[in-house]
Amino acid sequence: MLELLKQPWPWYTSGAAIAAIMVSLLYFGKSFGFSANLSTICSLAGAGKRVPFFDIDWKTQQWNLLFLLGAVLGGVIAATLLKNNHPLQLSAATVSDLKTLGIRFDGQLEPTQLFGIQALSIKNTALMLLGGMLVGFGSRYAGGCTSGHAISGLSSLQLPSLIAVIGFFAGGLIMTHLIFPLIF
Amino acid sequence: MKGLRFVIAGVVFGIVMIKSEAVSWYRIQEMFRFQSFHMYGIIGTAVLLGIIAVYFTRRFRLKDYQGKAIIINNKDKQWTKYIIGGLIFGLGWALTGACPGPMFVTIGYGYFSMIIVVMGALSGTFLYGLVKHKLPH
Repeated sequence: MLELLKQPWPWYTSGAAIAAIMVSLLYFGKSFGFSANLSTICSLAGAGKRVPFFDIDWKTQQWNLLFLLGAVLGGVIAATLLKNNHPLQLSAATVSDLKTLGIRFDGQLEPTQLFGIQALSIKNTALMLLGGMLVGFGSRYAGGCTSGHAISGLSSLQLPSLIAVIGFFAGGLIMTHLIFPLIF
Repeated sequence: MKGLRFVIAGVVFGIVMIKSEAVSWYRIQEMFRFQSFHMYGIIGTAVLLGIIAVYFTRRFRLKDYQGKAIIINNKDKQWTKYIIGGLIFGLGWALTGACPGPMFVTIGYGYFSMIIVVMGALSGTFLYGLVKHKLPH
Protein backbone atom coordinates (compact mmCIF):
# COMPACT_ATOMS: atom_id res chain seq x y z
CA MET A 1 0.00 0.00 0.00
CA LEU A 2 2.74 2.43 1.00
CA GLU A 3 4.66 1.50 -2.14
CA LEU A 4 1.58 2.28 -4.21
CA LEU A 5 1.13 5.67 -2.52
CA LYS A 6 4.77 6.54 -3.12
CA GLN A 7 4.36 6.38 -6.90
CA PRO A 8 3.26 9.51 -8.76
CA TRP A 9 -0.56 9.36 -8.73
CA PRO A 10 -2.48 9.20 -12.00
CA TRP A 11 -4.55 12.26 -12.87
CA TYR A 12 -7.91 10.58 -12.20
CA THR A 13 -6.94 9.54 -8.64
CA SER A 14 -5.65 13.04 -7.95
CA GLY A 15 -8.73 14.72 -9.42
CA ALA A 16 -11.03 12.47 -7.41
CA ALA A 17 -9.08 13.19 -4.23
CA ILE A 18 -9.39 16.95 -4.79
CA ALA A 19 -13.16 16.61 -5.30
CA ALA A 20 -13.31 14.53 -2.10
CA ILE A 21 -11.51 17.28 -0.17
CA MET A 22 -13.97 19.88 -1.48
CA VAL A 23 -16.96 17.69 -0.51
CA SER A 24 -15.49 16.97 2.96
CA LEU A 25 -15.12 20.70 3.59
CA LEU A 26 -18.75 21.25 2.50
CA TYR A 27 -19.76 18.55 4.95
CA PHE A 28 -17.78 20.36 7.65
CA GLY A 29 -19.81 23.47 6.79
CA LYS A 30 -16.96 25.27 4.99
CA SER A 31 -16.12 26.23 1.46
CA PHE A 32 -12.81 25.21 -0.17
CA GLY A 33 -10.79 28.33 -1.00
CA PHE A 34 -7.12 28.57 -0.13
CA SER A 35 -6.20 32.15 -1.01
CA ALA A 36 -8.44 33.55 1.75
CA ASN A 37 -5.59 32.47 4.04
CA LEU A 38 -3.30 35.11 2.54
CA SER A 39 -5.83 37.75 3.53
CA THR A 40 -6.27 36.23 7.00
CA ILE A 41 -2.49 36.27 7.57
CA CYS A 42 -2.47 39.98 6.67
CA SER A 43 -5.26 40.50 9.23
CA LEU A 44 -3.32 38.54 11.84
CA ALA A 45 -0.27 40.70 11.16
CA GLY A 46 -2.34 43.75 12.08
CA ALA A 47 -3.17 45.06 8.59
CA GLY A 48 -6.76 45.66 9.76
CA LYS A 49 -5.66 48.65 11.82
CA ARG A 50 -4.68 50.57 8.71
CA VAL A 51 -6.72 48.97 5.94
CA PRO A 52 -10.43 48.27 6.52
CA PHE A 53 -10.35 45.37 4.02
CA PHE A 54 -8.35 43.34 6.55
CA ASP A 55 -10.47 44.33 9.54
CA ILE A 56 -12.11 40.94 9.88
CA ASP A 57 -12.53 38.50 12.73
CA TRP A 58 -9.77 36.05 11.83
CA LYS A 59 -11.34 33.41 14.06
CA THR A 60 -13.98 32.74 11.38
CA GLN A 61 -11.07 31.67 9.18
CA GLN A 62 -9.26 29.65 11.83
CA TRP A 63 -10.34 26.40 10.15
CA ASN A 64 -8.69 27.51 6.90
CA LEU A 65 -5.42 28.31 8.68
CA LEU A 66 -5.53 24.80 10.14
CA PHE A 67 -6.03 23.50 6.60
CA LEU A 68 -2.94 25.52 5.56
CA LEU A 69 -0.96 24.00 8.42
CA GLY A 70 -2.08 20.55 7.27
CA ALA A 71 -1.06 21.36 3.68
CA VAL A 72 2.49 22.16 4.84
CA LEU A 73 2.56 18.94 6.88
CA GLY A 74 1.29 17.06 3.82
CA GLY A 75 4.30 18.43 1.93
CA VAL A 76 6.60 17.20 4.70
CA ILE A 77 5.03 13.72 4.63
CA ALA A 78 5.32 13.57 0.83
CA ALA A 79 9.01 14.46 1.12
CA THR A 80 9.75 11.83 3.76
CA LEU A 81 7.39 8.90 4.27
CA LEU A 82 6.03 8.98 0.71
CA LYS A 83 9.19 10.11 -1.09
CA ASN A 84 10.02 8.45 -4.37
CA ASN A 85 13.21 9.01 -6.29
CA HIS A 86 11.95 8.58 -9.81
CA PRO A 87 12.39 11.62 -12.02
CA LEU A 88 9.26 13.48 -13.11
CA GLN A 89 8.00 12.32 -16.53
CA LEU A 90 7.74 15.60 -18.39
CA SER A 91 6.66 15.66 -22.02
CA ALA A 92 9.61 15.76 -24.43
CA ALA A 93 8.12 18.81 -26.18
CA THR A 94 8.11 20.80 -22.91
CA VAL A 95 11.68 19.73 -22.12
CA SER A 96 12.74 20.97 -25.53
CA ASP A 97 10.78 24.27 -25.28
CA LEU A 98 12.29 25.00 -21.87
CA LYS A 99 15.76 24.21 -23.19
CA THR A 100 15.27 26.90 -25.84
CA LEU A 101 14.57 29.34 -22.98
CA GLY A 102 17.74 28.17 -21.24
CA ILE A 103 15.92 26.24 -18.50
CA ARG A 104 17.29 22.77 -18.00
CA PHE A 105 14.89 19.96 -17.05
CA ASP A 106 16.39 18.15 -14.06
CA GLY A 107 13.62 15.63 -13.24
CA GLN A 108 12.70 17.37 -9.95
CA LEU A 109 9.34 18.94 -9.11
CA GLU A 110 10.72 22.45 -9.43
CA PRO A 111 13.67 23.57 -11.56
CA THR A 112 16.72 23.75 -9.29
CA GLN A 113 17.99 26.48 -11.58
CA LEU A 114 15.14 28.75 -10.46
CA PHE A 115 14.10 27.50 -7.02
CA GLY A 116 17.24 25.90 -5.63
CA ILE A 117 18.63 27.72 -2.59
CA GLN A 118 22.03 27.88 -4.32
CA ALA A 119 20.34 29.56 -7.31
CA LEU A 120 19.03 32.49 -5.23
CA SER A 121 20.30 35.23 -7.53
CA ILE A 122 18.89 38.76 -7.48
CA LYS A 123 17.00 37.98 -10.68
CA ASN A 124 15.43 34.77 -9.35
CA THR A 125 14.48 36.44 -6.07
CA ALA A 126 12.91 39.36 -7.93
CA LEU A 127 10.96 37.02 -10.23
CA MET A 128 9.68 34.98 -7.28
CA LEU A 129 8.63 38.10 -5.39
CA LEU A 130 6.93 39.56 -8.45
CA GLY A 131 5.22 36.27 -9.34
CA GLY A 132 4.00 35.90 -5.77
CA MET A 133 2.68 39.46 -5.77
CA LEU A 134 0.73 38.84 -8.98
CA VAL A 135 -0.78 35.69 -7.48
CA GLY A 136 -1.69 37.44 -4.21
CA PHE A 137 -3.06 40.59 -5.84
CA GLY A 138 -4.89 38.70 -8.59
CA SER A 139 -6.49 36.12 -6.34
CA ARG A 140 -7.91 38.77 -4.03
CA TYR A 141 -9.01 40.96 -6.95
CA ALA A 142 -10.75 37.99 -8.58
CA GLY A 143 -12.12 36.88 -5.21
CA GLY A 144 -10.50 33.46 -5.27
CA CYS A 145 -7.81 31.23 -6.71
CA THR A 146 -7.67 27.82 -8.32
CA SER A 147 -9.43 26.15 -5.39
CA GLY A 148 -12.14 28.78 -4.86
CA HIS A 149 -12.95 29.38 -8.53
CA ALA A 150 -11.71 26.43 -10.61
CA ILE A 151 -12.77 23.75 -8.12
CA SER A 152 -15.50 25.13 -5.79
CA GLY A 153 -16.92 27.68 -8.24
CA LEU A 154 -17.04 25.53 -11.36
CA SER A 155 -18.46 22.61 -9.35
CA SER A 156 -21.41 24.79 -8.42
CA LEU A 157 -21.70 25.97 -12.05
CA GLN A 158 -21.06 29.64 -11.38
CA LEU A 159 -20.51 31.85 -14.37
CA PRO A 160 -18.27 34.32 -12.45
CA SER A 161 -15.91 31.45 -11.65
CA LEU A 162 -15.82 30.33 -15.27
CA ILE A 163 -14.83 33.87 -16.27
CA ALA A 164 -12.16 33.99 -13.57
CA VAL A 165 -10.77 30.61 -14.70
CA ILE A 166 -10.63 31.80 -18.32
CA GLY A 167 -8.76 34.86 -16.98
CA PHE A 168 -6.31 32.62 -15.04
CA PHE A 169 -5.69 30.69 -18.21
CA ALA A 170 -5.31 33.71 -20.47
CA GLY A 171 -2.83 35.23 -17.99
CA GLY A 172 -0.85 31.99 -17.91
CA LEU A 173 -0.70 31.82 -21.70
CA ILE A 174 0.48 35.44 -21.95
CA MET A 175 3.21 34.81 -19.37
CA THR A 176 4.34 31.53 -20.94
CA HIS A 177 4.27 32.49 -24.60
CA LEU A 178 4.86 36.24 -24.65
CA ILE A 179 6.72 37.19 -21.48
CA PHE A 180 8.93 34.13 -20.82
CA PRO A 181 10.98 34.69 -24.02
CA LEU A 182 11.70 38.23 -22.75
CA ILE A 183 12.74 37.33 -19.20
CA PHE A 184 14.51 33.98 -19.64
CA MET B 1 -10.09 18.51 19.06
CA LYS B 2 -12.54 20.17 16.68
CA GLY B 3 -9.95 21.62 14.36
CA LEU B 4 -8.16 18.34 13.72
CA ARG B 5 -10.43 17.45 10.80
CA PHE B 6 -9.22 20.55 8.94
CA VAL B 7 -5.59 19.69 9.60
CA ILE B 8 -6.22 16.19 8.24
CA ALA B 9 -8.03 17.56 5.15
CA GLY B 10 -5.02 19.84 4.64
CA VAL B 11 -2.56 16.94 5.00
CA VAL B 12 -4.47 14.97 2.35
CA PHE B 13 -4.49 18.06 0.12
CA GLY B 14 -0.73 18.53 0.53
CA ILE B 15 0.03 14.89 -0.29
CA VAL B 16 -2.30 14.94 -3.31
CA MET B 17 -0.72 18.14 -4.61
CA ILE B 18 2.78 16.61 -4.48
CA LYS B 19 1.84 13.12 -5.66
CA SER B 20 -0.19 14.46 -8.58
CA GLU B 21 2.75 16.76 -9.37
CA ALA B 22 0.23 19.61 -9.66
CA VAL B 23 2.63 21.75 -7.63
CA SER B 24 5.35 21.32 -10.22
CA TRP B 25 6.52 24.38 -12.14
CA TYR B 26 7.32 22.00 -15.01
CA ARG B 27 3.79 20.56 -15.06
CA ILE B 28 2.29 24.05 -15.13
CA GLN B 29 4.50 24.88 -18.10
CA GLU B 30 3.43 21.67 -19.81
CA MET B 31 -0.19 22.70 -19.25
CA PHE B 32 0.22 26.23 -20.62
CA ARG B 33 2.01 24.78 -23.65
CA PHE B 34 -0.75 22.18 -24.24
CA GLN B 35 1.84 19.40 -24.26
CA SER B 36 0.23 16.96 -21.86
CA PHE B 37 -3.23 15.98 -20.69
CA HIS B 38 -2.05 15.52 -17.09
CA MET B 39 -3.13 18.84 -15.50
CA TYR B 40 -6.33 18.99 -17.57
CA GLY B 41 -7.12 15.47 -16.39
CA ILE B 42 -6.67 16.45 -12.74
CA ILE B 43 -8.72 19.64 -12.91
CA GLY B 44 -11.31 18.05 -15.24
CA THR B 45 -11.87 15.03 -12.98
CA ALA B 46 -12.10 17.21 -9.87
CA VAL B 47 -14.63 19.55 -11.51
CA LEU B 48 -16.72 16.78 -13.06
CA LEU B 49 -17.01 14.87 -9.77
CA GLY B 50 -17.51 18.19 -7.96
CA ILE B 51 -20.44 19.08 -10.24
CA ILE B 52 -22.05 15.71 -9.55
CA ALA B 53 -21.51 16.05 -5.78
CA VAL B 54 -22.87 19.61 -5.67
CA TYR B 55 -25.84 18.60 -7.83
CA PHE B 56 -26.86 15.87 -5.38
CA THR B 57 -26.14 18.11 -2.40
CA ARG B 58 -28.61 20.66 -3.77
CA ARG B 59 -31.10 18.15 -5.17
CA PHE B 60 -31.48 16.27 -1.89
CA ARG B 61 -30.77 19.30 0.34
CA LEU B 62 -28.00 17.44 2.11
CA LYS B 63 -26.96 18.63 5.54
CA ASP B 64 -23.57 19.19 7.07
CA TYR B 65 -22.27 17.31 10.14
CA GLN B 66 -24.22 19.63 12.45
CA GLY B 67 -27.47 18.99 10.60
CA LYS B 68 -27.48 22.45 8.98
CA ALA B 69 -28.37 22.69 5.31
CA ILE B 70 -25.28 22.99 3.10
CA ILE B 71 -25.50 26.37 1.41
CA ILE B 72 -23.20 27.21 -1.46
CA ASN B 73 -22.92 30.97 -1.76
CA ASN B 74 -23.14 32.52 -5.17
CA LYS B 75 -20.21 34.68 -6.26
CA ASP B 76 -21.17 38.32 -6.90
CA LYS B 77 -22.19 39.20 -10.40
CA GLN B 78 -19.50 41.73 -11.16
CA TRP B 79 -17.40 41.03 -14.20
CA THR B 80 -14.40 43.34 -14.41
CA LYS B 81 -12.84 41.94 -11.27
CA TYR B 82 -12.95 38.37 -12.54
CA ILE B 83 -11.40 39.29 -15.88
CA ILE B 84 -8.63 41.60 -14.65
CA GLY B 85 -8.03 39.78 -11.37
CA GLY B 86 -8.00 36.46 -13.20
CA LEU B 87 -5.48 37.71 -15.77
CA ILE B 88 -3.15 39.03 -13.07
CA PHE B 89 -3.42 35.77 -11.14
CA GLY B 90 -2.64 33.76 -14.28
CA LEU B 91 0.51 35.77 -14.99
CA GLY B 92 1.80 34.95 -11.52
CA TRP B 93 0.65 31.33 -11.68
CA ALA B 94 2.71 30.65 -14.81
CA LEU B 95 5.73 32.60 -13.54
CA THR B 96 5.99 30.88 -10.16
CA GLY B 97 4.36 27.59 -11.19
CA ALA B 98 2.40 27.82 -7.96
CA CYS B 99 -1.05 28.91 -6.88
CA PRO B 100 -1.62 29.80 -3.21
CA GLY B 101 -2.06 26.23 -1.90
CA PRO B 102 0.95 24.68 -3.64
CA MET B 103 3.22 27.54 -2.44
CA PHE B 104 2.79 26.32 1.11
CA VAL B 105 2.87 22.64 0.21
CA THR B 106 6.22 23.01 -1.58
CA ILE B 107 7.71 24.79 1.45
CA GLY B 108 6.79 21.68 3.47
CA TYR B 109 8.36 19.55 0.74
CA GLY B 110 11.63 21.40 1.27
CA TYR B 111 11.65 24.17 -1.35
CA PHE B 112 12.42 26.91 1.14
CA SER B 113 12.86 29.55 -1.55
CA MET B 114 9.05 29.37 -1.96
CA ILE B 115 8.95 31.43 1.24
CA ILE B 116 9.94 34.35 -1.02
CA VAL B 117 6.94 33.59 -3.27
CA VAL B 118 4.68 33.53 -0.20
CA MET B 119 6.12 36.88 0.96
CA GLY B 120 5.31 38.23 -2.50
CA ALA B 121 1.79 36.79 -2.33
CA LEU B 122 1.18 38.35 1.09
CA SER B 123 2.40 41.75 -0.11
CA GLY B 124 0.26 41.42 -3.25
CA THR B 125 -2.77 40.64 -1.10
CA PHE B 126 -1.98 43.59 1.16
CA LEU B 127 -1.53 45.88 -1.83
CA TYR B 128 -4.94 44.83 -3.14
CA GLY B 129 -6.58 45.67 0.19
CA LEU B 130 -4.85 49.04 0.11
CA VAL B 131 -5.97 50.08 -3.38
CA LYS B 132 -9.22 48.12 -3.65
CA HIS B 133 -11.46 51.19 -3.57
CA LYS B 134 -9.60 52.71 -6.53
CA LEU B 135 -9.96 49.68 -8.79
CA PRO B 136 -12.78 48.90 -11.20
CA HIS B 137 -14.80 45.87 -10.12
